[in-house]
Amino acid sequence: MLEIVNLHASIDNKVILNGINLKINPGEVHAIMGPNGSGKSTLSNVIAGHDGYDIISGDILFDGESVLNFPPEKRAHLGLFLSFQYPVEIPGITVSNFIRTALNEIRKAKGEESLGASPMLKLMREKMKVLEMDKGFLSRSLNEGFSGGEKKRNEIFQMAMLEPKMAILDETDSGLDIDALRVVANGVNALRSDRNAFIVITHYQRLLDYIIPDFVHVLFNGKIVKSGGKELAIELEKRGYDWIKKEQK
Amino acid sequence: MKDRLSAFYWLNETQFAQASSEQITSQRRSAIEKFEIEGFPSVRDEEWKYTSLKKLITPDYLFPSPFVPLDQEEQIDFNDIKQFLVNDIDCYQVVFINGRYSSWLSETTHTNYDICTLGSAWKKYPEVVESYFNKLTKDDGPLVQLNTGLAWEGLYINVPKNTIVDKPIQVLYISTGDTPVFNQTRSLIILSEGSSAEIIERHHSLTNHETWTNAVDELHIGSNAKIHWVKLQHDSSNASLTQHSKIHQEKDSTAIVHTISTGGKLIRNNLDFSLTGKGAEARMFGLSLGSDRQLVDHHTRVDHIAPNCSSHEAYKGIYDESSRGVFNGKIYVHIDAQKTQAYQQNNNLILSEKATVDTKPQLEIFADDVKCSHGCTIGQLDEDALFYLRARGIRNKEAKALLMLAFANDAIADIQHPSLRVKLSQLIGRKLGVDMSNAL
Repeated sequence: MLEIVNLHASIDNKVILNGINLKINPGEVHAIMGPNGSGKSTLSNVIAGHDGYDIISGDILFDGESVLNFPPEKRAHLGLFLSFQYPVEIPGITVSNFIRTALNEIRKAKGEESLGASPMLKLMREKMKVLEMDKGFLSRSLNEGFSGGEKKRNEIFQMAMLEPKMAILDETDSGLDIDALRVVANGVNALRSDRNAFIVITHYQRLLDYIIPDFVHVLFNGKIVKSGGKELAIELEKRGYDWIKKEQK
Repeated sequence: MKDRLSAFYWLNETQFAQASSEQITSQRRSAIEKFEIEGFPSVRDEEWKYTSLKKLITPDYLFPSPFVPLDQEEQIDFNDIKQFLVNDIDCYQVVFINGRYSSWLSETTHTNYDICTLGSAWKKYPEVVESYFNKLTKDDGPLVQLNTGLAWEGLYINVPKNTIVDKPIQVLYISTGDTPVFNQTRSLIILSEGSSAEIIERHHSLTNHETWTNAVDELHIGSNAKIHWVKLQHDSSNASLTQHSKIHQEKDSTAIVHTISTGGKLIRNNLDFSLTGKGAEARMFGLSLGSDRQLVDHHTRVDHIAPNCSSHEAYKGIYDESSRGVFNGKIYVHIDAQKTQAYQQNNNLILSEKATVDTKPQLEIFADDVKCSHGCTIGQLDEDALFYLRARGIRNKEAKALLMLAFANDAIADIQHPSLRVKLSQLIGRKLGVDMSNAL
């Protein structure tokens, strides 16, 4: 579904991604772990189409097609989704209006009819129930004054509404208490199917107790230096990243 | 043009004098004499530094005479103006065509209060007019003097003590005809102690010719009285408006003014408040959306004269293409105005390299126990916010429009009627290119 081939990327002439190779098939969950500054957020931004990075070489293929020259919205239309580590606060746009616009833009791009107000609301209410969200959420300004947990829950809510094929969760667990973590993980698990796939980016193994990955990769200095099953996450949790850093030297 | 206007006054003076009292006539005469001396303001004048009237005074305007009835060509049908009215709120309606009252398009009242036209008040209520007319505008510049000299028609509201005007008053000023036209409109609004009223005002031109409306408003807000005034300046691209609004507030009164400037060629607003009684509150909100070669100039002034008063000012502007914005916000805290609270904010977005904004907050504080804050920003759209929207599938253009709408919506949040707020939001959305269908 998603294939990253020898990807090199830089920002302000500083190379951040140093030859990433990753292949993700439908139905899979891949966890990407790694110390701070290893390039995790850069990788997710580059996949989503942030134009602040220079792609030096390599490619990103989605369903076999290179998306490197596609703007972020087109990638979203194809079914890519990034759950932001730091969702932006936008006063003046309500959650409901934002999601309505996004969903209808995606439907339009797919040649589907846009969804009217009442079915849209119904759908939102259904999804909010799974995420144990309050109804009042919809009329609040997007992320404005949201707690860390509310922001992340809102990201997963958007994901549930947009039903992407390939979702990247960038440190969705940071800022979440254990109850919120469970709810968010349940929300993700409810969406898992053999037709979609996930990349879960995290520092800690904690989230992976709830969202069980098929593969775990360790990113270090812009490169995937180790891959394994879910037991790799447990080992990292026990031993930290130092042994990996040493192995690299 | 100055000479033509002055000649117009002297030619009509007998008729002006016949229709109003001697006191008023002498005020007119001294105003027109001041105008003759000063002439139109130029960019050398500090107050008009960024706004040149040079082009505005060039056309060969018709000055409609208040003493000549509307002719056949100026008669318009309700269907021609329906779109400029807020139709889903029950309102009093006062419509002027080229500065003259249109009785067949208006719906006014003289029951518990007077909502009618200044044109009939000169004769009908000479004492009231004498006590209030030109009391707030004597020292203002030449455009105001010109208006005082030639003022004839406009909104007249007089609400007695403790009376609530039961529905909003909608006032529509239409310019029309087959030549350029220059209109003077004048309103006089008196809210006595404990009364309240709401005004929705709009100027609109129906002609392809240049039009210029030079408006002056005097509002006297008694103690505990409340006025809410929404000015919708969404005119066609060849219509210009210069408007001076003076609001005099007594003890514990409230004045809320929304100025939505989204269309027109040149718009210059002077909006002045005098807070003369303890506990008076002034709130003003502005939204300017400039495109093409539009100019929107806001000059505001709050005089904190009495103690314990508050003023709150939030103006926003979005300027695209070759449009220009000017904001000058003066706050004077006089020596006795202790415990003043004054807040002023002006935020602007610039969308093109050719668009410009000049913003100048101006605070002068002579009392020592006050809380004043002000700030202004000029910037571009937030790139992170834009990426966030686009990453959700919202196309670049649409995402930008949505962010602008979010920025702008703030300015109308305080408007009470939900249906008016929705109408304004849709109008703003359309101007910014947002798809407002299926809105939740």
